[in-house]
Amino acid sequence: MGKYLVIETRSPFGSDEVLGDYETAGGLASRGHEVTLFLTQNGVLAARGTSTAARRLAALGEGTTVLADEFALRARGIGTDELVLGVASADAGRLVDLLLDDGRKAIWR
Amino acid sequence: MPKTLTVLLMDPPYEDERTTTAFRITDAALGKGHNVRVFAYEGAVSLTMADQAPHPNPVKGTSVDDERHPTTKDWASALFGSADGRLEWINCGLCVDERGAGNWIEGPRRGGPADFTAWVKSSDATLVIPTH
Repeated sequence: MGKYLVIETRSPFGSDEVLGDYETAGGLASRGHEVTLFLTQNGVLAARGTSTAARRLAALGEGTTVLADEFALRARGIGTDELVLGVASADAGRLVDLLLDDGRKAIWR
Repeated sequence: MPKTLTVLLMDPPYEDERTTTAFRITDAALGKGHNVRVFAYEGAVSLTMADQAPHPNPVKGTSVDDERHPTTKDWASALFGSADGRLEWINCGLCVDERGAGNWIEGPRRGGPADFTAWVKSSDATLVIPTH
């Protein structure tokens, strides 16, 4: 099976396409692929536990690794203790590890 | 073991957070000992223009020193300075000519799409960061 890295830079509050990206990530995972959704820039806004999109991310987290860029979190005043269950913070080094993971396809959104 | 990451950028400086993110990824990859190749396409060829200058803010009455505006050419220079030869940077030649953006800091060289293709083929991974 394949390995995918979806880098989501946008929030679902700014673009309806983002929910489609979540569905794509979840769909790939449900077909047995290894998927990491890496939230960065305004993409992390959805990860706050009180956001209306948090439930969707939490559901994704059951079959997908969901990470939130700690730099983007800090820039937006979101503490790691505010993240919805299933979303973990990660630094740029982790993103580099994923990008250079053998055979993993990266998609920038 | 060091690997090679190719990154394609398209955004001009001071337009979008994508530029900052791309620089952060490049910095992190270099920090881990990897090789990074940056292909600057379209507006991104202006990221390394040597003529960039920070400015004061006359509305606030603040000076250049007060403002401490970062410039993308300084960020790129810092990356070259820390890369120890592991950073390559190509500016798309036709894009440069269109914009009259040929005066660069030390480090980048002129190239074209064929160079990007060669880099993709010989890199461990390629990240394309498009404009939206």
